[in-house]
Amino acid sequence: MTDLSAAGSSPLGRTRRSILIASPEMKRRNRVEARFKYYGIAAIAVSLAILALMLFIIVRDGTSAFVQAKLTFPVTLDASVLDPKGNGNRDEMAKVTTIGYGKVLTASFLAALQAKGIDLGEASEKDAAAMISKDAPGQLRAQVLADPSLLGKTIEVTVLAGGRIDGYLKGRVTMDTAQRDGNVTPEQLVLADKLIAAGMLAKKLNLQFLTLPDASDQRPEAAGLGVALVGSLYMMLMVAVMCVPVGVAASIYLEEFAPKNRWTDLIEVNIANLAAVPSIVFGILGLAVFINFMEFPQSSSLVGALVISLMTMPTIIIATRSAIKAVPPSIRDAALGVGASRMQTVFHHVLPLAMPGILTGAILGLASALGETAPLLLIGMVAFVDNYPGAPLDGFGDPATALPVQVYSWASRSDPAFIERSNGAIIVLLVFLLIMNVSAILLRRKFERRW
Amino acid sequence: MNDMRITERTVQTNQAKITARDVQVYYGDTHAIKDVSVDILDKAVTAFIGPSGCGKSTFLRCLNRMNDTIPICRVEGKILLDGEDIRDVRVDPVQLRAKVGMVFQKPNPFPKSIYDNVAYGPRIHGLVRNKAELDEVVESSLKKAALWNEVKDRLAAPGTGLSGGQQQRLCIARAVATSPEVLLMDEPCSALDPIATAQVEELIDELRANFSVVIVTHSMQQAARVSQKTAFFHLGNLVEYGDTTTIFTNPVDPRTESYISGRIG
Ligand SMILES: Nc1ncnc2c1ncn2[C@@H]1O[C@H](COP(=O)(O)OP(=O)(O)OP(=O)(O)O)[C@@H](O)[C@H]1O
Ligand SMILES: [Mg+2]
Repeated sequence: MTDLSAAGSSPLGRTRRSILIASPEMKRRNRVEARFKYYGIAAIAVSLAILALMLFIIVRDGTSAFVQAKLTFPVTLDASVLDPKGNGNRDEMAKVTTIGYGKVLTASFLAALQAKGIDLGEASEKDAAAMISKDAPGQLRAQVLADPSLLGKTIEVTVLAGGRIDGYLKGRVTMDTAQRDGNVTPEQLVLADKLIAAGMLAKKLNLQFLTLPDASDQRPEAAGLGVALVGSLYMMLMVAVMCVPVGVAASIYLEEFAPKNRWTDLIEVNIANLAAVPSIVFGILGLAVFINFMEFPQSSSLVGALVISLMTMPTIIIATRSAIKAVPPSIRDAALGVGASRMQTVFHHVLPLAMPGILTGAILGLASALGETAPLLLIGMVAFVDNYPGAPLDGFGDPATALPVQVYSWASRSDPAFIERSNGAIIVLLVFLLIMNVSAILLRRKFERRW
Repeated sequence: MNDMRITERTVQTNQAKITARDVQVYYGDTHAIKDVSVDILDKAVTAFIGPSGCGKSTFLRCLNRMNDTIPICRVEGKILLDGEDIRDVRVDPVQLRAKVGMVFQKPNPFPKSIYDNVAYGPRIHGLVRNKAELDEVVESSLKKAALWNEVKDRLAAPGTGLSGGQQQRLCIARAVATSPEVLLMDEPCSALDPIATAQVEELIDELRANFSVVIVTHSMQQAARVSQKTAFFHLGNLVEYGDTTTIFTNPVDPRTESYISGRIG
């Protein structure tokens, strides 16, 4: 018996310590670990708070774009004005412009006021008529031309109220601001109160925000996202068709077939560089190459899609390559070992395993393409477009705008009514991005769950 | 080493299936295989033994040109399969690998069903005409690999969901299913329990009737049990090659003797 073991020490000369009591060193390590955990939680909390704040502001300012002040009253469609020839011929009826319909609307509106016993007060008849949106006659005209049998009848219509009246209902316009505003008078607001009381004026759901084209500065109430949605949809379609197959094919070649030499290294570096090029530069490139040199139509979704494809391609290539790289080499060995060719190895074994990663990369690339704005400004997609582009494929060459560009152009207009629509457009954009990201996650789950 | 059962076997004097002459393998600047010349007999089992890192796997991978897939790997020398140079420019390595099958050191089943794992080779090589034939090939291959009883009720289950040893036997079944002329097995039993090991050894012995089998192993007993020829590698050199019985009872080189008796390795 040595005295060491008698003292309860280990043979190495260290005193034995109970594992039930944490050593000072262990305590220190635990403290560091706990602190690190708190830093992480704090970082996540801060970013979540910022995200929540941003969403809160956008939802607060943007949801009102989906409701709109609307006037409801009976309109007598006077055949003598709207169909002067009286033969119901649609082509001849089309000769009556919106001015004629405006007169009909005004007359019916004033009659309705009288019928309800609403006193105009200090407002003139002109003031009262100006409460109807300038877009309303056009919509009424379209309705009548679509269904000439309405002629001569009295129908109940719900038309947009003017932008300022809408602002009054949403709290943007007050008696105070109306004093200083050339587009609205306090008398009109007094009248608006009476109309609300009589049930003729109310805020109603306005899905036309999603379908109408953009409108001029005087008619913010009629401005919609229709053209921008079609433009964005066309661009996403074209980008997906051009980018994904080419990007995936390029990645497969680079990863699985290309010899590893200086050239492929150079290509690899340049793809990474391309992904880092600021998007505005691609806009300049698109302007110079596609519009000035190749003379593709300006403002068209085709050119937008080409430019955005160039930008998205490197992102997709990088995502695809890393998905392919993540497939364990032993799978390739296994396939080659039973005598599969390279092509069979790639298509039977590597690609199915890389698929979730490729899909996620492609969808996230498309999502970032959807939000891309700067290059589109340069190729003229910020232009005021109030005609829908035609159906594919011809429609790809028609002028269009895109969602993020619409956000930008509305935000840069002076009328605060457009700011609200800008926020509304952001909500739509975010909803689309959310849908794309969620579908990326779902697709990945679906493909991963197979094994 | 007492439990080493060196059974007397009649070694047929077959002609060589694979002939390697002065094979050199380099990984970049590392000289991994130096001057290896060896004749691998048809219808016999050849064991490669040697300490870890001596180049057994590397040399094995030369025999079906799997080293082609490693960009930094360079092979020199002559390797003939039935007298034809496998490194000839006219040789398609894909075709070669259908004749020279391989079981890897680490089990690497495809992330597909057990059935599809085994059926893959016959399918891509067009060895079967219909589903019934394919079923038959799958069943017989799995039986040969001593896996059939464990998986016959769940052929549609993923191969990656099997245990390590079962995965290795699945890989053996996959290699056997293409009926190669030569089967290269890199430590096929390292993850197997004694029962499965015995079954695989039995399989190897059966395969010998029709194929040439090369097996890398760290188990002297296994080499002694299953092989007719043994090659001892050391630091990239082929130190000694000869009849298994001779190598284990009467080695010429002192390095072989020390390794076999457990002094190097
Ligand atoms: N892909 C590679 N790249 C570079 N060097 C390699 C590579 N593969 C093997 N080597 C080297 O070649 C030598 C031989 O390796 P090999 O895998 O053939 O050994 P081994 O005999 O199979 O060993 P073990 O019994 O451990 O499997 C080792 O020194 C190893 O470092
Ligand atoms: Mg090895």
